[in-house]
Amino acid sequence: MENNTAAKYNMREFLAFTGAKLLEDGKSVFVGTGLPMIAGMLAQKTHAPHLLIIFEAGGVGPILPELPISVGQATTCYRGIAATSMHDVMSACQAGYIDYGFLGGAQIDMYGNINTTCIGDHAKPKTRLPGSGGANDIASFAHKTVIIAGGQSKRTFVSKVDFLTTPGYLSGPGAREKAGLPSNTGPYRVITQLALYGFDDKTKGMKLISLHPGVSLEEVKDNSSFDIIIPEKYGTSPVPTERDLEILRKDIDPTGMLIGK
Amino acid sequence: MEVLHEGLGELVGWHDPDENREFVLHNKSRALKDKTMTASEAVASFVKNGDFIASGGFGHIRVSMNIIYEIIRQRKRDLTMAGKTAVHDLDLLVGNGCVNKVEAAYSFGHEVRGLSPASRRMVESGKCKVVAEISNAGYQWRFLAGMMGLPFIPSRNLMGTDTGKYSSCKVVKDPFSGKPINLIPAAYPDVAFIHVHRCDIFGNCQIDGIMVEDFELARCARKLIITTEEIIDNEVIRREPWHTAIPFYVVDGVVEQPFGSHPCELHGKYFFDEEHIAEWLSLSKTDEGVQAYAEKYIFGVSDFNDYLELCGGLKKIEFLVKREAMRVPLVTPWRK
Repeated sequence: MENNTAAKYNMREFLAFTGAKLLEDGKSVFVGTGLPMIAGMLAQKTHAPHLLIIFEAGGVGPILPELPISVGQATTCYRGIAATSMHDVMSACQAGYIDYGFLGGAQIDMYGNINTTCIGDHAKPKTRLPGSGGANDIASFAHKTVIIAGGQSKRTFVSKVDFLTTPGYLSGPGAREKAGLPSNTGPYRVITQLALYGFDDKTKGMKLISLHPGVSLEEVKDNSSFDIIIPEKYGTSPVPTERDLEILRKDIDPTGMLIGK
Repeated sequence: MEVLHEGLGELVGWHDPDENREFVLHNKSRALKDKTMTASEAVASFVKNGDFIASGGFGHIRVSMNIIYEIIRQRKRDLTMAGKTAVHDLDLLVGNGCVNKVEAAYSFGHEVRGLSPASRRMVESGKCKVVAEISNAGYQWRFLAGMMGLPFIPSRNLMGTDTGKYSSCKVVKDPFSGKPINLIPAAYPDVAFIHVHRCDIFGNCQIDGIMVEDFELARCARKLIITTEEIIDNEVIRREPWHTAIPFYVVDGVVEQPFGSHPCELHGKYFFDEEHIAEWLSLSKTDEGVQAYAEKYIFGVSDFNDYLELCGGLKKIEFLVKREAMRVPLVTPWRK
């Protein structure tokens, strides 16, 4: 069976698994550094062997032999169909060839806007983070953007991001198009340690899709500074099978550099 | 064209396209001449205090580390750096006080290895300023506009965000579609340095694996230093000219340095030296540690070959070559 609740897993394994489940065979995904890479690999090794994985530095369509440390290293085009350039892949993204953009995030708001630039004032930040990298581009251009934000809390699910690095639905319905971003794009799913979320068609606000096993509705609400839309019907997230976990631990991340040990 | 929004960021490295054509006319030679020199000569001749610099490759991939160390060794100051996914190079240059202004797309981090203690400390204490924000594609397209000899290139990213607001871009109304469109200004770095797999003495280069943004960067930089794993005969270039990534007429200096990207990776040749990167990440937690690293690995050695010896010499090199071929397991010593 798909759901094997006997399997023991840690949270990062669960996040990677939940991310992988969203990806479809025969589609393209632009993966950022960290957990998105694992999710792409797991999908490729399970239900989506022909998932077209694209890396921002120019790796196109690899069959990933091991978990990359960097989104630019040689394995990102291992047995790939092309080793090109950032201009090539970002242009493909802007022109509409990318189905899924897959990102990590430090701070996120109800519209799926992400901050990875700084905590505090931009001119004199309390904490300086790396900045956009390719995230602003991917979230501007991909048809659907998936965000893995591992540590959901009041501090990371904020009413207003300190710095809007990467666009979600900006200030709400129609705001992306008004700003000039490609139409029918935007955040599609948000994965945290507590739940899987989507976005409400009308208000573009974040909406619960499923609670992870053992998580209560109160926990979800208590760990957010904004009101998450709770629909009448929501589900329980599927859990990884023994086989998924074996692939994650033995084939993908044997050193445990991302999923831990 | 109606300007809808103007970015607040400092416009770094922009020139009027006619001014740049004039620069090219008088400074970029179309004559085939031997450009080989040492790293020390290249940095002394081409890098000036206050310059806007850009380093090739991506993150820890195919970075001209030989030149990075030499800039630190020659104590260059007040440099502005393109933070175009500049990771190890930028961390060392900011940490050692050479770079004090950054236009950031991705900086101050080492991807999954964690954030950069040294350069973050410099930014958070105000010693290094982030003068503009941009994205990776945005930076890439700054170089593309420069390479094309254009003042700007239109794009559909950055709009609606603080990254755009703090960039040096302008949003205008597109006269064709009527929609807002972002204009990314051209960038012409004063000097760029790019590490390649092989090139001839004139600077015709071949690169294996991904190009990242070096195709564009090489062609927009005002001065370009190439560091290469090996010098090859011009005949090799002419036999398969479709493999030329960078033509000689954009190149100003050629420095031969085997394993010249260490501790960074070179596609198909050698892997990241994770032990060395971990040592830097650990030492750079304090200012004293940054100094100790520089004393040991930069000021304490006479050249890059001495440095490689200090890092483990042939034994280490053999390991990195095997690791790149995935014949030995991955090590991640920076993991807590």
